[in-house]
Amino acid sequence: MFKYFEPNKIFSITSRAPKYVLLFFVITLSIGLTEALILSPEDYLQSHSVRIMYVHVPAAWISLGIFSTITLLSLIGYIFKIKNFFLISKSLAPSGLVFNIVALVTGSIWGKPTWGTWWVWDARVTSMLILCLFYAMYLISWRIYQNNEKVYRVTAIITILGIINVPIIKYSVDWWNTLHQPASINILSETSIHVSMIIPLIYMTAAFALFSLLIFLMKYNTELIKIKNKGLDRL
Amino acid sequence: MINELFYMNGYGLYVWSAFLFTFFSFSLLYIFIKIQYIKEKNKFIAKFGTLNSESAAIAKSQNINKEILSNTSSI
Repeated sequence: MFKYFEPNKIFSITSRAPKYVLLFFVITLSIGLTEALILSPEDYLQSHSVRIMYVHVPAAWISLGIFSTITLLSLIGYIFKIKNFFLISKSLAPSGLVFNIVALVTGSIWGKPTWGTWWVWDARVTSMLILCLFYAMYLISWRIYQNNEKVYRVTAIITILGIINVPIIKYSVDWWNTLHQPASINILSETSIHVSMIIPLIYMTAAFALFSLLIFLMKYNTELIKIKNKGLDRL
Repeated sequence: MINELFYMNGYGLYVWSAFLFTFFSFSLLYIFIKIQYIKEKNKFIAKFGTLNSESAAIAKSQNINKEILSNTSSI
């Protein structure tokens, strides 16, 4: 099964896909922005500041999703010695880091009118900041270590340590008394926000997911060309 | 209507700055990755140009190299 993940086989797809992904991203984002900024209602308590949710929440979800994916791929890659999984992980990390930073900054902007402060060392906010540090460590490791075996081992360790933080982020609002509100959208239990707010949230999440896919494809293609450049040196 | 969209009951500054920061970050990341991509591709094309005919034939026999040289400029 893993032979289908060979770079030579998937490059013909990944090199053509970005322009279509970019098109879908622009369409989805346009609908999402219209819904988020114009059509969705204001909150009875938070008024228009609730609209920050449409960038803050999808960014947080996607940064958590990307980190979990990176960990899974690094672990499988390390156990089964699949180098391409490390390449995929490396290509996913930059967008994960940017989404993490966006979640922190937009959360901070949202905090000012809601909590009266830009920053608080609250369990949810602090654990998201720790995730950001893990992303930074992961990306720095790829820059520091030139030896492939070593970088695979180091990045796998970083992601395994970092993944411990992911359930802490998720349940921090339930385990501790925090300023951050509990989850409003639950897959297994009842969702506490109105459908008129869920629709823009879905569109913005889809747009952000498409953007991370676009960045992943561009970065992955760059990494493949880098490898091929080294191959030409050997000819 | 337009005023209300910008002012948002006094929350406009917060809402717009959050959205602007998000799309500024996206643009920066896109430009950064695109520059890296163009740089590597140009390096590949330059190296390919310096190969002798035998090495170029070997390199061209790999599909991935043909793909890089043909259609990857379309992002």
